[in-house]
Amino acid sequence: MIVAEQKPLAEIKASVAQYDKLLILGCGTCVKTCFAGGEDEVAVLASALRLAFKKDGKKIEIEELTVERQCEDEFIQEAAAAIARNNAVLSLACGAGVQDIASRFAEAPVIPGVNTTFIGILEKPGLFVEECSGCGDCKLATYGGVCPVTRCAKKLFNGPCGGSQNGKCEVDPETDCAWQLIIDRLKALGQMDNIRHYIEPNDWRPSGAGGPRKLSREDLVV
Amino acid sequence: MNEDKKGNLQRVLENGGFAVTAECGPPRGANAEVIIEKGKLLKGCVDAVNVTDNQTAIVRMSSMAACVHLEKMGLEPILQMVTRDRNRIALQSDIMGAWSLGIKNMLCLSGDHQAFGSQPDALNVFDIDSMHLLRMVKTMRDEGKDMSGFELNGAPQMFIGAAANPFADPFEFRVIRLAKKIEAGAQYIQTQCIYNLPRFKEWLKMAHEEGLTEKAYILGGVTPLKSARMAKYMAANVAGMDIPDEVIRRMEGVPREKAAAEGIKICLETIAELRNAKGVSGVHIMAIENEGKVGEIVESAGLIPRPEAA
Repeated sequence: MIVAEQKPLAEIKASVAQYDKLLILGCGTCVKTCFAGGEDEVAVLASALRLAFKKDGKKIEIEELTVERQCEDEFIQEAAAAIARNNAVLSLACGAGVQDIASRFAEAPVIPGVNTTFIGILEKPGLFVEECSGCGDCKLATYGGVCPVTRCAKKLFNGPCGGSQNGKCEVDPETDCAWQLIIDRLKALGQMDNIRHYIEPNDWRPSGAGGPRKLSREDLVV
Repeated sequence: MNEDKKGNLQRVLENGGFAVTAECGPPRGANAEVIIEKGKLLKGCVDAVNVTDNQTAIVRMSSMAACVHLEKMGLEPILQMVTRDRNRIALQSDIMGAWSLGIKNMLCLSGDHQAFGSQPDALNVFDIDSMHLLRMVKTMRDEGKDMSGFELNGAPQMFIGAAANPFADPFEFRVIRLAKKIEAGAQYIQTQCIYNLPRFKEWLKMAHEEGLTEKAYILGGVTPLKSARMAKYMAANVAGMDIPDEVIRRMEGVPREKAAAEGIKICLETIAELRNAKGVSGVHIMAIENEGKVGEIVESAGLIPRPEAA
């Protein structure tokens, strides 16, 4: 999933203070799953903002709404009326959702309420970890299902750096060394030959180095 | 420029000598005097001088500029180059520029992560890794081509080095990685500081069994400890550093004013072991901000005079 984290209340409050009619727009997919921007978070944030502005003596009307996804027009249109009757939208979607709303509603200021952090997994309750960089050319078959592009702090393609110790990364002793994981997995799979020889430099074009990426699927065009 | 293609370090190693190199960090500023003073301390004691590339990710005078200052003084520089800060375009450009300025040796590294440095808010590059950098320099030299296959007008004829850390994990991959570096282009290897001799010898034995000590010159790394505090700090805080308890206890066992001398004694004992070890071709002395001690160490080790630069 795309993992996001809600911005601090003080930052959100400052960024919406100039409006008196605000729509807090949640997103019911990724950010709901990581407890950053689903309907529950919309409700809690709305209450917190109402209270904070009341303390300041500022009048603000806050409307709450959550759509299934802010990255698909079909769902975005469900919010059109609410967007029209407010002065601004505080979107709790990822950066893609925020931009999709902005591009479809030219008149509406759209303010991000979360920081989009990474593509990751829920490792255990309360801990999300990054696993994928969306680099566009998946090499997980070579590396035993552990991604060196995302999980090695130096993006090393040919083996661990000199800082791998006791299975941990030199940059953060709480983080597993990706290369220790790769080697352990490949050994268990009997596939150490995958990494025994020189692996060529990466072509970064599919990763976004060639500019914003597009995926065109002729078979889906209607 | 650079008509006599083989440098001093390469000649010493190819003649079967026990090579001596030392590390030299450029200043945090534009004052060339700092590097010139360090150069004076090292002149006559070493075959070549490693000039670090923003080591520990702290911003310093560029390695290439500092190399040129040393080269003008008659010292042979080794240009350290890390892939942390420059993409393949900048790296290739700098390699050509370095050769044009008279630099004949390189040490190819990934580099310390910027999280350890003075500007952890920086974006790193890591377009390629140290293995790719080795291959890049080799291809430029042997095929006279850049990474795109374009034929270069003038191929940099670098003597190519890499680093190895026998003390990092996973241990069994360390020799595979060494083999990969040699396959990629490394002609000489400088190791991480050796305090744990048994582990170093185990790594060396494995490298020897794989025939790797015949394919590349191994230079063992040493750093004289200045105090017990330094030993404990390095053991706890420097990534990939292995300082056994008995070394720390030994440093603690002498009065504070004699600790530095004890550190040099340990260093000399290690050098003596390296000279006797099959498959070791030299020593690399990393006397961090302590370059003044290099002469004393090399002399006490009986390694002076150095072979004349031709």
